[in-house]
Amino acid sequence: MLILTCPCCGVTAEETEFHGGGEAHVTRFGPGSSEDDFHGYLFEKVNPKGVHFERWRHNNGCGKWFHAARCTVTLEVFGTYSAQTTEPPQDIKDKISAKRPGWSWREFA
Amino acid sequence: MKRYSAFAVAREALRNHMGWERAWASPEPKKKYDVIIIGAGGHGLATAYYLGKNFGITNVAVLEKGWLGGGNTGRNTTIIRSNYLQDPSAAMYEKSRSLYETLSQDLNYNIMYSPRGVIMLAQTEHEVRGYKRTAHANALQGVTTEFISPQRVKEIVPIINLDGPRYPVLGGLWQARAGTARHDAVAWGFARACSAMGMDIIQKCEVTGISREGGRVTGVSTNRGDIACDKLGIVVAGHSGHLADMAGFRLPIESVSLQALVSEPIKPCMDCVVMANTVHGYMSQSDKGEMVIGGGTDGYNNYTQRGAFHHIEETVRALVETFPMISRLKMLRQWGGIVDVTGDRSPILSKTPVEGVFINCGWGTGGFKATPGSGWGFAELMAKGHSPLCNEFGLNRFKEGRFIDESVAAGVAH
Amino acid sequence: MSTRLANGGRLLNKGRALEFTFNGKRMTGVEGDTLASALLANDQMMVGRSFKYHRPRGIVASGGEEPNALVGLGENGKFEPNQRVTTTELFDGLTCASQNHWPSLEFDVGAINSKLSRFLPAGFYYKMFIHPRPLWKHVYEPFIRQSAGLGKAPRDRDEDSYEHFYAFYDVVVVGGGVAGLQAAKAAGQAGAKVLVMEQTPHWGGRAPVDGGEVDGLSVDRFVEQSVSELHAMENVTLRTRMMGAAVYDHGYVMGYERVNDHQPDAKGPRHRLWRIRAGQIVTATGAIERPLSFAGNDIPGVMLASAVRDYAVDYGVSVGDRTVVVTNNDDAYRTAITLKNLGLEVPVIVDARPSGGGPLAGEAVALGIRVENGKGIAKVKGGKRVEGVEICTQAGEGAALETIKCEAVAMSGGWSPVVHLWSHCGGKLLWDDENVMFRPDGDKAPTGAEGERFVIPAGSADGCLDLASVLDNADAAGKAAAQATGHTPGKGAAPQAQPETMTPIQAVWMMPQGASYKLRMKAWLDYQNDVKVSDIQLAAREGFESVEHAKRYTTLGMATDQGKLSNINGLAILSDALSQGIPQTGTTTFRPPYTPISMSSIAGEARNETFQPIRKTPMHSWHEANGAHWEPVGAWRRPYCFQKPGESVHDAVNREIKQTRDSLGLLDASTLGKIIVKGPDAGKFMDMLYTNMMSTLKPGRCRYGLMCNENGFLMDDGVVARLDEDTFLCHTTTGGADNIHGHMEEWLQTEWWDWKVYTANVTEQFAQVGVVGPKSRKVLQKLTDDDISNDALTFMGWTEITLKGGLPARVFRISFAGELSFELAVPASHGRALWDMLMQAGAEFGVTPYGTEAMHVMRAEKGFIMIGDETDGTVIPQDLGMDWAISKKKEDYLGKRAQQRSHMTDPTRWKLVGLETLDGSTLPDGAYATADGTNANGQRNVQGRVTSTYHSPTLGRGIAMGLVLNGPDRMGDVLDFPKVDGTVIKAKIVDPVFYDKNGEKQNV
Repeated sequence: MLILTCPCCGVTAEETEFHGGGEAHVTRFGPGSSEDDFHGYLFEKVNPKGVHFERWRHNNGCGKWFHAARCTVTLEVFGTYSAQTTEPPQDIKDKISAKRPGWSWREFA
Repeated sequence: MKRYSAFAVAREALRNHMGWERAWASPEPKKKYDVIIIGAGGHGLATAYYLGKNFGITNVAVLEKGWLGGGNTGRNTTIIRSNYLQDPSAAMYEKSRSLYETLSQDLNYNIMYSPRGVIMLAQTEHEVRGYKRTAHANALQGVTTEFISPQRVKEIVPIINLDGPRYPVLGGLWQARAGTARHDAVAWGFARACSAMGMDIIQKCEVTGISREGGRVTGVSTNRGDIACDKLGIVVAGHSGHLADMAGFRLPIESVSLQALVSEPIKPCMDCVVMANTVHGYMSQSDKGEMVIGGGTDGYNNYTQRGAFHHIEETVRALVETFPMISRLKMLRQWGGIVDVTGDRSPILSKTPVEGVFINCGWGTGGFKATPGSGWGFAELMAKGHSPLCNEFGLNRFKEGRFIDESVAAGVAH
Repeated sequence: MSTRLANGGRLLNKGRALEFTFNGKRMTGVEGDTLASALLANDQMMVGRSFKYHRPRGIVASGGEEPNALVGLGENGKFEPNQRVTTTELFDGLTCASQNHWPSLEFDVGAINSKLSRFLPAGFYYKMFIHPRPLWKHVYEPFIRQSAGLGKAPRDRDEDSYEHFYAFYDVVVVGGGVAGLQAAKAAGQAGAKVLVMEQTPHWGGRAPVDGGEVDGLSVDRFVEQSVSELHAMENVTLRTRMMGAAVYDHGYVMGYERVNDHQPDAKGPRHRLWRIRAGQIVTATGAIERPLSFAGNDIPGVMLASAVRDYAVDYGVSVGDRTVVVTNNDDAYRTAITLKNLGLEVPVIVDARPSGGGPLAGEAVALGIRVENGKGIAKVKGGKRVEGVEICTQAGEGAALETIKCEAVAMSGGWSPVVHLWSHCGGKLLWDDENVMFRPDGDKAPTGAEGERFVIPAGSADGCLDLASVLDNADAAGKAAAQATGHTPGKGAAPQAQPETMTPIQAVWMMPQGASYKLRMKAWLDYQNDVKVSDIQLAAREGFESVEHAKRYTTLGMATDQGKLSNINGLAILSDALSQGIPQTGTTTFRPPYTPISMSSIAGEARNETFQPIRKTPMHSWHEANGAHWEPVGAWRRPYCFQKPGESVHDAVNREIKQTRDSLGLLDASTLGKIIVKGPDAGKFMDMLYTNMMSTLKPGRCRYGLMCNENGFLMDDGVVARLDEDTFLCHTTTGGADNIHGHMEEWLQTEWWDWKVYTANVTEQFAQVGVVGPKSRKVLQKLTDDDISNDALTFMGWTEITLKGGLPARVFRISFAGELSFELAVPASHGRALWDMLMQAGAEFGVTPYGTEAMHVMRAEKGFIMIGDETDGTVIPQDLGMDWAISKKKEDYLGKRAQQRSHMTDPTRWKLVGLETLDGSTLPDGAYATADGTNANGQRNVQGRVTSTYHSPTLGRGIAMGLVLNGPDRMGDVLDFPKVDGTVIKAKIVDPVFYDKNGEKQNV
């Protein structure tokens, strides 16, 4: 039973208030994109054992989407942050680096 | 290998059971095999077994990082059925179900296949239409099912409450030849048979790398040294993405936790498996007398083999409503497994971008029932390069937009 | 015989006798008894039968670890199987019955299995019953299954109620023994908000039985004082009869409170499940004594030494006049001393350690008890109760040195900390060789949301075995928990107890060390499941070397006690057989719950009517009062039809359709999703959401639209109305409203967050009524002075009107039935008023409310698709011939790229057509059209399927829609649709619009 803090309304709440939405920071490919790009975008989600950036919605609360950096093995939550960004904020990256030495953004496969 | 029989048990009893051989050998890995299978779960072992049995390929190693059968094979709710809607699924699961029927004799190992029947309850008009459609499809697929009335449901499962105030039972899809089997025994029986064919099952052997040369697989690195091979099958539910990474390709897969629980054992009171999809729960009674209950998956990537309580709560609540008599039973144990979920929730049995590497994964919540069928088809794919059973389950289907979607109930009525 | 002593009984109120029955036999206990102590007081040594061999079983333990003594408790709607007598408080009028025997506990036919046990070793069933196959199905399996199970299955509906509590604490202390109380005190004094729970009705745990002094007070007094101090703290909550059942991630604790099990006629819930978020969890869960493995250790009367002591001290019960004590550690000497002091006989203490015990042993000898060092029990004599023991040299092979008559055996193989809760969430264990136990590895604690440790073991649960170290350890645990939750613990020292000198325990896993096979196959590890030393050894020989394999092969630890007494002993036997250390073999995983908890407590209040909330439209009660035949749709209930007295569902549907087509029908359409999309970029956003061009829609107009997911599949449809330049109102399907709103928000917030658009799901803010039929304008005109003529409000237009009485309404001129029709939307609070108004005004036209089925049939007559029928998650708009609703001009919309993939553009995709049976009958739901031959897997080839099928009362025949290979190009072709009975219905491919093809009716 996870606890997450919604960065939009500031509420810290039970997992049951939220809804997981899969990998974050995925670039959308629309009409005109290559087969590989489109397939990669829609289906080839990263599935790391360890640090994962993912989307959540506070659907039984303020209704806002946000992002979480979470470990899929220990379930530690390194932080949550706005969904309106293309990359995790530096402070969260720093925090992860401190806790998971050797880790680097987008090279966790 | 000594044959198992009542006579053998009696004979050994007189020798204080000192004469039993190991069920499977525990060899050191050789330098090279024709085929390496990563993952000694049910599917991996079944693949090895049918490689030997159907194609005479016995220079095979099955590598297992923990203990054989220790993943989802030993964590599921043991339901076997083939009442699937789409042709490729029905073909796969029906092949599997029919192999289960004679698997005990085939392996000389009692896997306790129990064709006690499976009912899938229809609790909305939408489900009624969906299951009637499935019954029509099954008739043409050679899968024997029928849509039955609520009264018939009650006859088969007297403990059911047909008139729940929220979702009355409107009927059910009944597959009489579906059932359950003893999950551990399936892995053990296959392992014993593989070992008897001279294959090496190597436990506590974790693959740490996959070597390639010119786009072709050459072997694997493990904590017990490098092992060469011509062909490599990856059959590691829950960890498929991780292994695919080692081989340099990505899979359309996410790993989530699926939970199950059992009650304390009680005397037999339910002679079939009941699945109630509207309220998200299913239940059967094991040969030990426990009510075996399965529920939903977490909605996020999770490798912990445990899950959140609210899924258990939702499932138990639904089943107490459906079967009021379980109210005063007690939950004995709950656990979780890691399941691979694909983009269309159907499995992948496929060649991969790496020549010689084959992948069998993505069974989601339904892999146990497919064990022998999956092994049969995947062995054929690995041996011959193609298999009618696996044909539609290729990796390319996602690129082509050719999905095998079983969730007909996903569309919402009105 | 076991009996009640004249003296003793710390927990009893001997002044109040309680009557109860066991297997119909009337017995008497006293207030304060557990069912176990009361049974023993009545000399009921045998209380059940084991699972596999149906061996006689007696009480072994005094707490939740009890493997044997399970009964069916209560009757009818209060019957509960597999209830542990050791954790059942006695109440007046209790009835219970023993389990797993036939015809009776004393004479059980199943006991034949015990005689055959030689032929039924671990895993025998995997090796037998294989041939011939039919025998398995018809003989063996039914037999095995009939012999399965322990308790009887309940039959009646549960009479009791249950509830959930939600609670939040800084520190949750599990266990109310001295460790738990001290930890709670330390944390509470630091100001933390603390909950301390104790599974029994009493505080203090084992310490008062074992005795000793704390800060100069007797343990009893110390406990009393601690409890009153805790009660006085406002920030501390104390609960007895509440077990820490489970620990889940991020500090989620499950507390299982058995509120009324001990007073079944009291008001209130039977069980209460506490769902607790804790900052820190202190597991002061104590330790459990291990049995010793010697032949006959399962005979009723062989008990844990600590349990024998508990029954004597707490309940004034002697389990036998003569009790032999057998041990490998000092603690069991306390039992001998206690019994002796109560005037009972202890013929001998058998100590497996060659040099014997420490000061406690000296005390025993001083009391005149004979002590035999370096000895073991070769076997216990007796059948349904203990008659004596044969003593042997522990180092030998079991040759009897002496036979000693006795009525009970008190055994102790050492103590295992209760590490379950520590382990539930990933806490690791380490093997403590000196104390012969697994205990929590402090460096590998479970970690929480921040990566912090959130479970702290305390007292004997952390491996401390004497009172002084328990108190020290628990005090530190409480302080650490307070500190971790932001409080400042005091600097005071822990209460002081006299440290005890103990001679170290010696690991004894088999007794005697060189026991023969004959002895080993009588030395039980798992009493309930009948797993013996020989079974584990057999498993190891057969290659089941992993502890999980051995467990699963032999069923060790899989019984209702989950191996609390057997796991470590079994593990040790396995390690020994594999010639490796216990830590190398490892442990099995501890899974919740600690001891079984009721299903009903998990379900909580949510049963019957409250199982799931029902969403109701403002007109719901009218429907209910007027014959609604309900259909669940999502969380809503919608009337399927309105039945008149004596009318069948089928007739009601036909009547509703006929009356609507002839004159006037009303549909409660309030459940339809209504979502506002507003903002300067709303048009742009709508163009991405829908396959059509929505940005060109004019205010005052409506347009039917299709919505696909990014994977290209049709997910929803509905009519969009443009309210003004910046505002759209999107109607969605009933079931889709919440999802579609979520879908919109997802794209707005995570992809196009710079677009200026706002959405609001206003589904429940409006009541909506479809006024349908040739008389619909007439009735509506009666209710408003506004102009709603065909010129003023054209088809697919909308406007605002004022109804008589001043009620404002939106009226949408749209039609799903193919008739002249208006949908009226008013604020939800006026929905019922609108409905009543329409019913009244429509009376002269024979107004007829209709349900979902009539709606379905009428839309099918018109060839309109239904999401969920024509679509099933695999259908794209192009399949439905809806290319007209897919804008060619737009560069992009959700799903467009996906629809360009090869399979989506495949010309052989099945396409929507109408189907007309040649004989006028109705096609069955979901029927498939066959094609010649079979596929590579031997399945019959198919070329289409029915998506919707109805009897049309309007046309007097069956009509259907379906998806068919090249369907639109094959008008007039006849297809074969086999029914499930094998007969075939022939149907012709036709245009899907069956009624009013030119749309004249809706355009008047």
